[in-house]
Amino acid sequence: MTLASNTLPDQPLSEEVIAEHGLTSEEYQKIVDILDRHPSLTELGIFSVMWSEHCSYKSSKFWLKTLPVDAPHVIQGPGENAGVIDVGDGDAVIFKMESHNHPSYIEPYQGAATGVGGIMRDVFTMGARPIANMNALRFGAPEHPKTRHLVDGVVAGIGGYGNCMGIPTVGGETNFDADYNDNILVNAMCVGLARTNKIFYSAATGVGNPVVYVGSKTGRDGIHGATMASAEFDENSDEKRPTVQVGDPFTEKLLLEACLELMQQDHIIAIQDMGAAGLTSSSVEMADKGGVGIDLDLDAVPQRELNMTAYEMMLSESQERMLMILRPGSEAEAQRIFDKWGLNFAIVGTTTDTGRLIATHNDHVEADLPVSMLANSAPEYQRPFEEIEQKPVLSVSRFEPPARLSEALLNLLNSPHLCSRFWIWDQYDHTVMGDTIIPPGGDAALVRIHGSDKAIAISTDVTPRYCLADAFEGAKQAVAETWRNITCTGAVPLAITNCLNFGNPERPEIMGQFVAAIKGMREACLALDFPVISGNVSLYNETMGRAIPPTPAIGGVGLLENISQRCSIDFKNVGEDIIVLGEEKCHLGQSLYASFLLGLKDGAPPPVDLEAERRTGEFVHNLISAGEVSAVHDCSDGGLLIALAEMALSGNIGANISIPDEELAHGLLFGEDQGRYVITVPASTTDRIIMEAKKANISARLAGNTAPGQLTLGENDTISLEALKKAHEEWLPNYMSG
Amino acid sequence: MRASVVVFPGSNCDRDVAVALRNVSGHAPDMVWHGDSSLPASDLIVLPGGFSYGDYLRSGAMAAHSPIMKEVVRLAARGTPILGICNGFQVLTETGLLPGVLMCNASLKFICRNLTLRVERNDTIFSRHYQEKEIITIPIANHDGNYFADRETLDRLEGENRIAFRYTNARGEADAASNPTGSQNNIAGIYDKNCRILGLMPHPERVSEDLLGGLDGKPLFESLLEVLH
Repeated sequence: MTLASNTLPDQPLSEEVIAEHGLTSEEYQKIVDILDRHPSLTELGIFSVMWSEHCSYKSSKFWLKTLPVDAPHVIQGPGENAGVIDVGDGDAVIFKMESHNHPSYIEPYQGAATGVGGIMRDVFTMGARPIANMNALRFGAPEHPKTRHLVDGVVAGIGGYGNCMGIPTVGGETNFDADYNDNILVNAMCVGLARTNKIFYSAATGVGNPVVYVGSKTGRDGIHGATMASAEFDENSDEKRPTVQVGDPFTEKLLLEACLELMQQDHIIAIQDMGAAGLTSSSVEMADKGGVGIDLDLDAVPQRELNMTAYEMMLSESQERMLMILRPGSEAEAQRIFDKWGLNFAIVGTTTDTGRLIATHNDHVEADLPVSMLANSAPEYQRPFEEIEQKPVLSVSRFEPPARLSEALLNLLNSPHLCSRFWIWDQYDHTVMGDTIIPPGGDAALVRIHGSDKAIAISTDVTPRYCLADAFEGAKQAVAETWRNITCTGAVPLAITNCLNFGNPERPEIMGQFVAAIKGMREACLALDFPVISGNVSLYNETMGRAIPPTPAIGGVGLLENISQRCSIDFKNVGEDIIVLGEEKCHLGQSLYASFLLGLKDGAPPPVDLEAERRTGEFVHNLISAGEVSAVHDCSDGGLLIALAEMALSGNIGANISIPDEELAHGLLFGEDQGRYVITVPASTTDRIIMEAKKANISARLAGNTAPGQLTLGENDTISLEALKKAHEEWLPNYMSG
Repeated sequence: MRASVVVFPGSNCDRDVAVALRNVSGHAPDMVWHGDSSLPASDLIVLPGGFSYGDYLRSGAMAAHSPIMKEVVRLAARGTPILGICNGFQVLTETGLLPGVLMCNASLKFICRNLTLRVERNDTIFSRHYQEKEIITIPIANHDGNYFADRETLDRLEGENRIAFRYTNARGEADAASNPTGSQNNIAGIYDKNCRILGLMPHPERVSEDLLGGLDGKPLFESLLEVLH
């Protein structure tokens, strides 16, 4: 089947063609040096996707290596389709988060849908049944003419794919900010469950083993998606619509069931989904990891369209496809399973000992490339970067107090930033699979491990305005907030995945944000024993030179050993005491109070004291485990009063809130100091719990008590729950119907 | 009670309803592949929720032509009780075992939320463990849950007391605000003329365990267990 490689043309390709593939002339020269000849067009295409920023991490790799990735419970860190942790009893949790930003801006429904489809494939290709989806979404300003259309399409796309698959979408976060007007972010996370002795990896081994293609047919969609995701947008971005793939969740559901059925037995040597860069990256990465070569017979690839070229087949990003290396002799049984599920099954090649990827089509060798060089010799850049600027911490006196506290509260709850996200999650099936214990709207979602008394807590977090002000503190805060949200459910935080969304790394100030964010993330992960086990980098999120705020989204997972020892945010009983744990410094810089109500965007974000963070979190964890608290919520966006209002609205129970210092009232209630929790306890235990907190070197203050029907702030500022509820719930549906 | 749950390509609530049946009856149901042409001896046949055939063409339309459905129709004629939930209800209307059709929701969007329902009658094999006119809370999760039938059919359903559940507010009033799918007459579920076949859009299997937010679906399975043992 292999023809001599010298039948390939050795003609220089034009500068225009090279530039169209997103390669620099230096990178092209490197290819010529590796091959000792000029590449064919198909080969150039293969190099261009393998060496794209999206696939090669050429700007970020140097810094990613500095992140902590180990812990005793980590089974697989970064480098596989997804990360894996051990959650005991032979159970493994497999998860990852990935961006689908560029496609979602161009075609929001399909872009978001295929983002969800892709991340689920990353998880089930490793042998896990997906049990929960999450997402982190950033849209432009509400008044921007495209925002409504993008929100509508992205939410429908996420729901359309996940709902059809029957995997619950259990939470996420959504921001609106003018800095995302031309570059929205759609980050999707999937969490799956497998057995520790049934995890499947992607290293192809052995010689003469069948390379098998399963799933949908290959079409011309998505060609150069990875290259598009590695470039900035310009005024002609709409013309890139044909590079967006089209999803078919029904086929993916069949693919999931067929793969899991085949995985019950011992037929698979290696498996990888065909995601970005499709057949190219899956075959190259599998061959490279196992140190083998692969001969591909492109005539055998199931094709949706006539007269497809080798170039198109190698670069297509058609969805719902997988590549597997089977044990010899397993073909018939594997084919029987895929036939049952009505899916394509084709033997498209064999593993070899040549170390080369050789693709033939119509009896011609179209590509003959050294696997290891393709996978590992991508240029690696240590791009120049500028140190980020430190901003001063502004004192509370710099921020004007509101005329009335309750009115400020009402305005914040009725804003795009803090309004109820019900309109969004109403479109996500969040209760299918029968294990959702805490649905969207809590601190972290809580999903039972099917058939057990254990549960997994999941949260996605980042506060972009903190990161824009200080990428180091902002990234630290994102990790800490994820850890805190998981802690609030009673679970022990175990590991994170990340999705690092930034602008153009060739600009030193953007690279400076990236470097600072990695350093901040590293510090928080180390201090909290919260390793990074998978992730994704999305660069070039900018249009006409205007970049997004640095947005290192964190997706964390924790384990709750016993579901009876859980907690949720809703007030449970009238007449209980409310305690605030954690230091209150009235930090209003970069708060929503400052930015949304006062229009002030100056100053440093609230710093995170990681030692205090850990101390306080562990104290809260112990209180939950001991059954001492009836409700727990962290203080995040909007500060203490927003946290209290959310607890009240969730439980339909009000509260009397004391104001220890009238001068500082707005700082105490709207300051966004980190590392704080609100808990409710029976009044008889308040003194003891506050004393125990202080003994553990944790600030604690009695902040009020729960009461029927309304929130009372200090002596005489009251507001009914009904008014709060209306303010909270009406903004988003009103906006979307506008 | 020996139950069979039919699994179509794209079914995704088959496991959920199997768990609910097992928790109530102590017996795991048989899972029957859509391509089979016969069913094991069954006291109850369940058509589960999901997106059979991806909802392509029309929800439930392709599944209605699966090989197993010939047998389901035959057994239905002999009185075997059949429960169709969500996509299963759509399959039942497409098969003609129940009248009417489920159209796209009035909002044109997927809706996943708890809704309050009124149990219209409590003398059927599906409802005897409810109180008559009891108000219960059960989630819906669908894109096409908007029940539609012509006037004559609706009059017949109402006249023969074949509405099983209706979307109402907490006071039991069938108003428009309680009916986000836009269903005619606030219909959430209907019976066939013998009350041996029930199709409903809400998911009782999702509220059959306290931990998951409610128990209002459990009496439906308990009713069946009492009659079918």
